[in-house]
Amino acid sequence: MSNPVFERIQSEIADAPVMLYMKGNAMFPQCGFSARVVQILTHMGVPFKTANVLEDAELRDGIKEFSNWPTIPQLYVKGEFVGGCDIVTEMFQSGELAELMTDKGVPHEAAA
Amino acid sequence: MSTRADRIAAAITEALAPTLLRVADDSAMHAGHAGAAPGGQTHYSVLVVSAAFAGTSRVARSRAVHALLDGEFAGGLHALALTLRTPQEHAKLAG
Repeated sequence: MSNPVFERIQSEIADAPVMLYMKGNAMFPQCGFSARVVQILTHMGVPFKTANVLEDAELRDGIKEFSNWPTIPQLYVKGEFVGGCDIVTEMFQSGELAELMTDKGVPHEAAA
Repeated sequence: MSTRADRIAAAITEALAPTLLRVADDSAMHAGHAGAAPGGQTHYSVLVVSAAFAGTSRVARSRAVHALLDGEFAGGLHALALTLRTPQEHAKLAG
């Protein structure tokens, strides 16, 4: 079985070390939850790529099914699903997100 | 007719036997925003403290709660902010 949306997602999360599925883009997030994740990644100095689910209904449904996760945003690091806004926020606050980036070899600025 | 908040609370209580459960309807804060509906009941924040979360990852905890609320997502639930802790974690964090 080959689902073209799943194939697209699979290749995006394999190509980009940090991939964020969100509403809007990093410059103009169109949802507060997406905006918060962009803000955290930017604050950490992590390079990331985004895909705007609002521009593609198939992607919007597909990513939910692919990740088995019903809401947007969704963050992937080195092909692995990290979570949505709540999990990313909690992990940022506890320092675990920086640890994860270090473990995965993703460059980021050391916590101040 | 029960509200969505009541149904969320009932589903979580039955499955996870929480020692602490808070369900807040944040829909009014998101009125007019995409995903909001005229009747509200679209955006919620939920705190669950349950021993059932012990030894499971953050993603697994959220997936367990999402699975309980499948029908609500299908019926217009748009955003669900989850704080999911074991009693031990909550005692430490709530200070």
